Amino acid sequence: MTRLAQWLLPALVGVVALGCWEAAIHILEVPPYIVPAPSRIALALVQDWDVLGPALVYTLKIAALSLLAAILGGGALALLFARSPLIERSLLPYAIILQVTPIVAIAPLIIIWVDDTTAALLICAWIVAFFPILSNTTLGLNSADRNLGELFRLYGASRWQTLRYLRLPSALPYFLAGVRISGGLALIGAVVAEFVAGAGGRESGLAYRILESGYRLDIPRMFAALTLISVAGIAIYGLLAGLSHLLLRRWHESALAREE
Amino acid sequence: MAKRFASGTAALSGLDLAVEAGEFLSLVGPSGCGKSTALRLIAGLTQPSEGSVRWDGKTQPPRAGDIGFVFQEATLMPWARVLANVTLPLKLAHLGRGEAEDRAREALSLVGLAGFEHAFPRELSGGMRMRVSIARALVMRPRLLLMDEPFAALDEITRLKLNDDLLALWAERNLTIIFVTHSVYESVYLSSRVAIMAARPGRIVEDRALPAAYPRDAAFRHGADYGAACAEISAALGRAMAA
Repeated sequence: MTRLAQWLLPALVGVVALGCWEAAIHILEVPPYIVPAPSRIALALVQDWDVLGPALVYTLKIAALSLLAAILGGGALALLFARSPLIERSLLPYAIILQVTPIVAIAPLIIIWVDDTTAALLICAWIVAFFPILSNTTLGLNSADRNLGELFRLYGASRWQTLRYLRLPSALPYFLAGVRISGGLALIGAVVAEFVAGAGGRESGLAYRILESGYRLDIPRMFAALTLISVAGIAIYGLLAGLSHLLLRRWHESALAREE
Repeated sequence: MAKRFASGTAALSGLDLAVEAGEFLSLVGPSGCGKSTALRLIAGLTQPSEGSVRWDGKTQPPRAGDIGFVFQEATLMPWARVLANVTLPLKLAHLGRGEAEDRAREALSLVGLAGFEHAFPRELSGGMRMRVSIARALVMRPRLLLMDEPFAALDEITRLKLNDDLLALWAERNLTIIFVTHSVYESVYLSSRVAIMAARPGRIVEDRALPAAYPRDAAFRHGADYGAACAEISAALGRAMAA
């Protein structure tokens, strides 16, 4: 399959699907408050940009900040786990409990406890996002090649040297895979938490705009906000996948072009 | 010397081996006879359950860098270029970067890899990767080089070439080498002495000097002496496996 076809085929599927959608709405005369046509959604996107634009920025801000916090928190905790199995044994069960409890169930509590909505959303998004980074990085730090480890011992490497030159580089691909998963989860966390919070303050994100449009039966705007969330998710994933490729392309199997 | 694993398995029992400076000693034996364990004991990577490893009569282990170790796989850091891989032991010993890189370049040219400093391991063939591994083992100028079936995973042509290059390095550098292999032919070609091991528990059952003169080359490989020595070691190995 040529490069062009790789891009062209999915794009073609998208165009055809949108075309069918558009045609079906007009032929069947479906009112826009049930299902709006794609052209109507695009119009809403442009007309309501004053409302949707800042909401997008706000949601992205929450997702980005919570991802950053997840990278710092998950990474630091993974280092601590790698340093001492005792700490891992003591803390891991609680990290797992935090991970397996659905965020929709915890979010109301956090929103009650934390006055500031933005801070509450950040905490919720962080809770969903940090675990993949923690578990992947821990796995990576413990996956260094055994023989290389022996070599480091043979040459009298200090703990710090072994960490810096062996375990951290070994963990990098795992860490980046974790970040890629967490990027999407941070966005989901930010959206879900805002749904649960259900209130817009001075600043509000896309989730609140969807709720609000629902109350007003402004379905095209609802679809427009939904589109923005999807696009944001794809953009975050693409960005992180690109970063991962950039860092690993010279040496890691996952990032190398397959030769036929 | 004896080594038991935590599981209670006796890996080695009554191992008594003296290695002279400048020797090329091969350990040959069936799998599971503790050849690799013996190397790890000598390297200090694991401690004996009984007995000790002595250096010039002292139990004190040598300084880091006196021993070079080459594993069955090249065991390179895939994220680091060839030069950085070879520089690693020097970096761990806190040697300045400039000097470390000079010595790494020297070691690389010694194994015939000058010009590949900036390649990544995966861009090299299996034989070249093994050469990098040998360069890394030599960069600290060790007194003793331990090699654990280093060429077992390579094809025949590459292996023969590396055998010759290893012999040249051994002569040039006045190295002492302990070489673990399961190939009788390889051990006879390379070594000045062969120790044959038996399994369960791992022990040395025969110890033979191979007096054929160095340098050895293709002519030696096709000569009658070589064939006779191979037959002799094979027979000894057969007895060891029956024991």
